[in-house]
Amino acid sequence: MADLANTGSLQLRDVTKMFGTFRAVDSVNLDIQKGEFLTLLGPSGSGKTTLLMMIAGFLDITHGDIALDGASIADVPAEKRNFGMVFQGYALFPHMSVRDNVGYALSVRKKPAPEIKTRVDEMLELVQLQDFADRKPTQLSGGQQQRVALARALCFAPPVLLLDEPLGALDKKLRVEVQEQLKDIHRRIGTTFIYVTHDQEEALSMSDRIVIMRDGSIEQVGTPKELYERPATRFAASFLGKSNFITQGVKTFALRPEKIDLRVGQGGDDARTSGTIRSITYFGSMQRIIVDTAQGDEIEVDIDVWRNQEALSVGAAVDLLWQDAAAVELKET
Amino acid sequence: MNALRKHIHPGWLIIAPLLVMVMALYLGPILNILWLSVTDPEPGFGNYAKLGESDALIRILWTTVRICIITTVFSVTLGYSIAYAMMHCHQRQKNYMLTLLLVSFWISILVRTFSWLMLLGRRGLVNVALEDIGLIAEPIAFMRNELGVLIGMIHYMIPYAVLPLLVSMQAIDQRVMDASRNLGASGSQTFLRIYLPLTTPGLVASTLLVFILSLGFYVTPAVLGGGKVLMVAEYISVQLLVTLQWGTAAMLAALMLFGVLAMLWIMSRFMKLSTVFGGAAR
Repeated sequence: MADLANTGSLQLRDVTKMFGTFRAVDSVNLDIQKGEFLTLLGPSGSGKTTLLMMIAGFLDITHGDIALDGASIADVPAEKRNFGMVFQGYALFPHMSVRDNVGYALSVRKKPAPEIKTRVDEMLELVQLQDFADRKPTQLSGGQQQRVALARALCFAPPVLLLDEPLGALDKKLRVEVQEQLKDIHRRIGTTFIYVTHDQEEALSMSDRIVIMRDGSIEQVGTPKELYERPATRFAASFLGKSNFITQGVKTFALRPEKIDLRVGQGGDDARTSGTIRSITYFGSMQRIIVDTAQGDEIEVDIDVWRNQEALSVGAAVDLLWQDAAAVELKET
Repeated sequence: MNALRKHIHPGWLIIAPLLVMVMALYLGPILNILWLSVTDPEPGFGNYAKLGESDALIRILWTTVRICIITTVFSVTLGYSIAYAMMHCHQRQKNYMLTLLLVSFWISILVRTFSWLMLLGRRGLVNVALEDIGLIAEPIAFMRNELGVLIGMIHYMIPYAVLPLLVSMQAIDQRVMDASRNLGASGSQTFLRIYLPLTTPGLVASTLLVFILSLGFYVTPAVLGGGKVLMVAEYISVQLLVTLQWGTAAMLAALMLFGVLAMLWIMSRFMKLSTVFGGAAR
């Protein structure tokens, strides 16, 4: 097993990808720390997968440079980069057993059979598939296939693991479970994870840092908390979580629905604004209330279900309150 | 009626007329041939015993099998590279190649066979051209021998070899190939360990198809072999039309039928025939 302690940082400099005249990825600059769990988050067409494919070596960089631990890898072919990758849909080898799938990277490197066996057993234990070594991929459930793909990608101890929407094919409940497993594995092996997703919840709960991408460029980079609490742009605020936007003069503020309080009755001194309830939607753990304000805006408020149960009804007049820190000024609209 | 409904899927009723037609028009004559092979000219296995007695018969069978094997090997190998090229070039070129392939697929076997005669005969285009530029003094004997038969048959069989291969190559997920590269496999490793195994059902299907079709080849050996290369199908026709030994003809036909069935049976021992004929890699 290679020593991972000193390898696995990536430097992206002005990375650009053109398809014809279309800029799929536009001058991306990014430093990825070794051992980091970094998520590329964005809607489809934002360039996140293209960027990942350039890091993996499947796509050429039109211009700019990608470096591993400071040394350029732009001209290194995909098969020589030694990056693990979990593909969308897993891309397991359908004609091979789980064991052969996982051991493939070592076997093409012509490692001796006993070494491969030991290592594969180790990896199968890591993803808890010891009992499935002799099955074919088609005989496994989606979650199990996903774990085989992970074990296969990690088997040769790559410094960097690339994950392309690895949970996309799983149902919601399973997805939460696999998220936990992925985080746990990341903690244990210390490999750099670069994770592509369009699912904001996944990004928030798993990442050390999130890169929000939009139209091929980076919109904002930061820890989940930084991005959620202090979104820089309207796009970042609305893509990661929900947000209300309030305009005051030339300034625009983002305001999370759960940071607003709501009080029945109008005209309190401390009220920021007031309005009437247009709709109430019950979500079990909270309720979402949409308020039409006197200014003609529409503001979403998330409040606990146990509060104000009887007084809240459609058409009721309410005051809205929030603290100064809750409204975040945006750089641009 | 209710009991009938319970036990027989209504779908069967819809295809019943077809089934009856196939039984009558297909199985009937086959049984008739099997019957002829053991009754004509007299009851018993006399026709089959000829296989042990007649060197000529054995030689014809051997010629047939040899030509079929060579044809299959060349058609499938060439077909594999054509299909591979079609899968890995641009859509436009792929369409051109597919059109050319289908055009030659649809042209009558007679036309194609006589075209080879024009090209490769003693006074054919190739020989005349080579003589005129002084490369050869005597015409090369392309025709009226086994070489001619092989050229004609391989040419005819290539589309049959390509189509099943194309289907199985199309079923391969590009990401699986990417995964192999990503895991450090070189191009040849990826081909040998991933691509080839995943296209094996297609290879088997096209091998079977080409071999079985070659066994019954009649026109091409007759025209390009010029009577010097006798294959089973032509021999059967001689027995039927000239020497009127229908028993021998029926015996040879039955033999080919059993040969084909035996091949399918052997293949089914190794893989599910449905994957072979479905063409998809699973």
